[in-house]
Amino acid sequence: MAAEDLPSQFDVVILGTGLTESVIAAACSRVGQSVLHLDRRNYYAGNWASFTFNGLLSWIEEYKNQQEVQIAESEQVWRSLIDEGEDVMPLTSVDSTISNLEVFSYASEEEEKDETKTPLTSCQPVNAETESEETKGGSTEGQDTCTGDDATESNGKTQNEEHQEQHTSEIAEPSQSQDEKEPQPISSPADPPVEVEKKITYQKLLKEGRRFNIDLVSKLMYSRGALVDLLIKSNVSRYAEFKNISRILTCRNGKVEQVPCSRADVFASKQLTVVEKRMLMKFLTFCLDFEQHPEEYQDYSEKPFSEFLKSKKLTENLQDFILHSIAMVTQQTLTEEGLKATQHFLRCLGRYGNTPFLFPLYGLGEIPQCFCRMCAVFGGIYCLRHSVQCLVVDKGSNKVKAVIDTRGQKIGCSHFVVEDSYIRDEQRQSTAYRQISRAVLITDRSVLPSESDQQISLVTIPPVGSSAPAVRMVELCSSSMTCMPGTYLVHLTCSSSGTAQEDLAPVVSQLFDVPAIPGEEPSGGSEERSKPAVLWVMYFNMRDTSAQDSSGYSLPSNVHVCTGPDSGLGSNYSIKLAESVFHHLLPDEDFCPPAPNPEDIIYDGDGPQAEGSGFDESNNTEEDKSQAEEEKSPSTESSEPAEMDSVTQETPLDTSPPSEE
Amino acid sequence: MHGRVKLKSTAQQEEEKRKEREKKLKAFVSTRDAVLKKRSAGEQDEEALHLTQLLLSSNPDIATLWNYRREVLLHLETLREKDEVQKLYECELHFIEVCLKVNPKSYGCWHHRTWVNTRLPRPDWTRELGLCDRCLGLDERNFHCWDYRRTVVKESGVSVEQDLEFTERLIGSNFSNYSSWHYRSTLLPRLRPPPPPDSAPDTSPAPSASPQVHSHRVCEEQLLKEYELAHNAFFTDPNDQSAWFYYRWLLGRAEREEMISCVYISREGERVSVAFSKPVHALAVGLMLVLDGQPQRVEWRCAHPRFRHSPVWLCDLPPGSISDMSNEHNLTVHWTEKHTHRDCALYTGCAESWCRDSATDQELFRSELSVEKSSVLQAELESCNQLLELEPQNKWCLLTIILLMRALDPLGHEKETLAHFQSLKEVDPMRSSYYSDLCSKFLIENTILKMEYAEVRVFSLSNKNLTTLCHLDQLLLVTHINLSSNQLVRLPPQFAMLQCLEVLEADDNAIESLEGLYHLPKLEEVSLKNNHICKLSDLESLASCIKLARLDLRGNPVHKTANIESEISQLLPLVTALSL
Repeated sequence: MAAEDLPSQFDVVILGTGLTESVIAAACSRVGQSVLHLDRRNYYAGNWASFTFNGLLSWIEEYKNQQEVQIAESEQVWRSLIDEGEDVMPLTSVDSTISNLEVFSYASEEEEKDETKTPLTSCQPVNAETESEETKGGSTEGQDTCTGDDATESNGKTQNEEHQEQHTSEIAEPSQSQDEKEPQPISSPADPPVEVEKKITYQKLLKEGRRFNIDLVSKLMYSRGALVDLLIKSNVSRYAEFKNISRILTCRNGKVEQVPCSRADVFASKQLTVVEKRMLMKFLTFCLDFEQHPEEYQDYSEKPFSEFLKSKKLTENLQDFILHSIAMVTQQTLTEEGLKATQHFLRCLGRYGNTPFLFPLYGLGEIPQCFCRMCAVFGGIYCLRHSVQCLVVDKGSNKVKAVIDTRGQKIGCSHFVVEDSYIRDEQRQSTAYRQISRAVLITDRSVLPSESDQQISLVTIPPVGSSAPAVRMVELCSSSMTCMPGTYLVHLTCSSSGTAQEDLAPVVSQLFDVPAIPGEEPSGGSEERSKPAVLWVMYFNMRDTSAQDSSGYSLPSNVHVCTGPDSGLGSNYSIKLAESVFHHLLPDEDFCPPAPNPEDIIYDGDGPQAEGSGFDESNNTEEDKSQAEEEKSPSTESSEPAEMDSVTQETPLDTSPPSEE
Repeated sequence: MHGRVKLKSTAQQEEEKRKEREKKLKAFVSTRDAVLKKRSAGEQDEEALHLTQLLLSSNPDIATLWNYRREVLLHLETLREKDEVQKLYECELHFIEVCLKVNPKSYGCWHHRTWVNTRLPRPDWTRELGLCDRCLGLDERNFHCWDYRRTVVKESGVSVEQDLEFTERLIGSNFSNYSSWHYRSTLLPRLRPPPPPDSAPDTSPAPSASPQVHSHRVCEEQLLKEYELAHNAFFTDPNDQSAWFYYRWLLGRAEREEMISCVYISREGERVSVAFSKPVHALAVGLMLVLDGQPQRVEWRCAHPRFRHSPVWLCDLPPGSISDMSNEHNLTVHWTEKHTHRDCALYTGCAESWCRDSATDQELFRSELSVEKSSVLQAELESCNQLLELEPQNKWCLLTIILLMRALDPLGHEKETLAHFQSLKEVDPMRSSYYSDLCSKFLIENTILKMEYAEVRVFSLSNKNLTTLCHLDQLLLVTHINLSSNQLVRLPPQFAMLQCLEVLEADDNAIESLEGLYHLPKLEEVSLKNNHICKLSDLESLASCIKLARLDLRGNPVHKTANIESEISQLLPLVTALSL
């Protein structure tokens, strides 16, 4: 399709494939709007993207190049396309949302000599696909243009095959699949791997690079948050798989310890006295329906939550747990807000597991892609590495009537949705941005080793001084499909007060063993070290435009700006924004109603589906067949999720036909 | 519109689904009929297995089909080599797993699985254990699976320690799981079986001195761990009853030894009364009476005909055998079944005599919580008090404190106990009657203790809000009883065990029934002022008390009965002083 022109008219043109834009795209497409979804990058999800290790290195490379070369823009191409009474509003082609990027590698550069000595024993999970190059989202050789259908479909498929081996829970079922709780055979402490402690070299990281899925944004999904609700409501959840965050940790007095937050945690906690257990449970129970007992907190409504906690006779460590790790608010947050945050945390608890959070396998970048896929399934058209040069504005109505893409084609549209980073500074009221400080680490073990080495941990690090920001850290294990076995992928996030490195390096050196000189390996074996070693680290700042609202831009009225990721832990902000943009576009339409089951869709031979909406007959029957096979074969573990894009299984009736005989 | 997806209407969908269901049902019914026909024709072949498999995999709860399957399998077993049989049954196990996914609580499936494992030449218990663990991981309260697991554990030789660890894991993931707690309570006593009593150096006093049998002792170290586990649970969630029940089990695992607790002999009426530590059936347990070396043929009867089992049994000696005051007699009652006996000597000049355990035995009523050393119990009481401070409204905590106090010092804590009972009735009004009865029981126990310390035969418990009477077997020797100003509604049949009773005061209650005033040979005076005795017939049982001379019935509805005085004097001719 690369050479062909795109259709000349769309209902909605969307520029940028971040979460908010993708949700809007899916929502519009779902209710029958024609959608053209573009991104200037060669990968999906913008600043929400996940990269393989090698992909990330390319991304870093690109960042550096962009710093050097400022592309001269040519106006000639589109001048000729402008008619009488039309005005032109150019967009920027430079992404300046990332800054202060620093990379340090501490993994040994030497060749893996010991590789030959140590046989690749059972400690390496056998993966048939080791050789095949994966066409994961964000793959560097992305097609020029394609209907998103093809791209996302193929991504989905390769992942599915892998997913089958994984023990995961599907979001739609409320109980956790039980296999997940079983210790993974590789990690079983009963049979430690025979290997001599193997050093992870930089070569190894590169070689195993495709096992990484490194998110630019680090967020978790509140299991009763807006994103999870939307995934369920829209049936988009079928396109992805999720894992529970298995524990919540905190760093108190330089020591990493587990935060007891669920009933089972409190029961099992060895660090709390029985009285503390009672006090904590009592307080948490109160928070669950605190609105019913206004007398308990009335006196503190104007005072900080932290003071309210003190008044509740909670011991100091309980106060810390609640403030920093459960409510996750600051010392200054007012009581009611703190109570609400605690309540939200508690309501999310236990829906899917012992913590309130879920994490999408293969990284957060999966989520925007799932919505893109949904959009494509309903006819949306996708082009990567394809942007909009300028908007064509009708002088009379001050509305965008068309866009001119980077190939010089004029495409008519009724609405234009755009990610903030495409907007030129001239269109902004203010260019003072907040920033998010990020650090991404690859480490060799967990900050709190436990029986299972497959834990996904959220670590809250309370601010050191009163002015310092609280740092949030997410440590991902290899079974989250975001890093290679034997390593952990660690994300640190805080709102910036300086550069990312200034903000986060102190925390990194507090929790990890960072060699003084880059490239030098950490001293001593891991036995002697008390902290995990950093193999590789990247710092960068990401612009946080979430505080901007529509009044902050001088743009035509049918241009809708989507701000980038915010610094919060959940994605509520982005989802709410998408919903409000959608209602602005289509006030009378339902926002992401459940997608129908394929069997309920009527196909008429020559409908508009012929254009490749993804619902062509052959495709569907294939799915049906594969499902039928699955139902027949009794060996399939029913507790495991079926292919994630298979149709919702009908609950088995008690009279299934014995007709197969 | 472009890309708009057309959907079937709901009616269309419904219709399609209905047709689908109909088709399924038809197929199911025809297969079922075919199978039943095959069975009545006695066909036991592969096809039968296949057809039943089809049916059972969609509905595993048809017992007939499982039965048929077993018949077929047993038949096929005879035709095949051992290896093939192994394979056949392995397939069967696999099939059952499929059925369990349809209904994990199917009786038929689990039963069949147990059966298959008994037929399997080389059963793989490890695999079965894995299956149970997986099932219980999904639903920790599936009792079918718990049951099956017990069989598997027995066969596969899982150690008690491993099993304890297993329960700990389940409790860790959800401690509101009584199945796990209960299973723990069956494991702990097996953890380190107590040394057999014979081999233990017998430094303790004679066994008869201690009415407690420490039959389910758990070693101290383990016990402390268990207390901690229970603390963690009920401090985390004090409203969860699983841990409380387990805790109570931990605190009290004693059973009273089965023994003859008292023998009473009276020259008047030449009667012997025997009290046991628990209700028995005298005719069934081999009770033998030896008087002065001579086995006596006596007829045992219990105090009231209502009971088959009773803690008190009576018999009359042959007339004249002990009536002479100048003779000394030695009586022995043998409980042959339990190889125990009790002697009683009736000395010259004595009208009566008895023999029983040391009256001040503190352990008399502490069988519920008693085994542990008081230091441990004291520590537990402190823990519970700590919790009560945080949760003053918690009924489980209140109740447990009451039990602990009773175990430690029932008389010393009486006042606090009563206050706690009051709180219990307030926080749990639904069970206030239960608490009242329990409180009555404890008050009676305390009064019995006080009476025994004082070595008197007078039992006085007036104005204590008693709602029920119990432990009446302990009052075998009481001569005077005062139950006035309580809330009693009846004198229950057990009251007939008070064989020595002479004076009964039970004024100001709500007594309607006098059933228990039955054949009390020494009862002379009964005061029942202000009660609820309505009918003359309620007084009938009094006629069997041959010594009754004074009866006070003032303030009872019965006085309204016509000709009441003459009716009573007709019914109770021996009563000389009647107040109405």
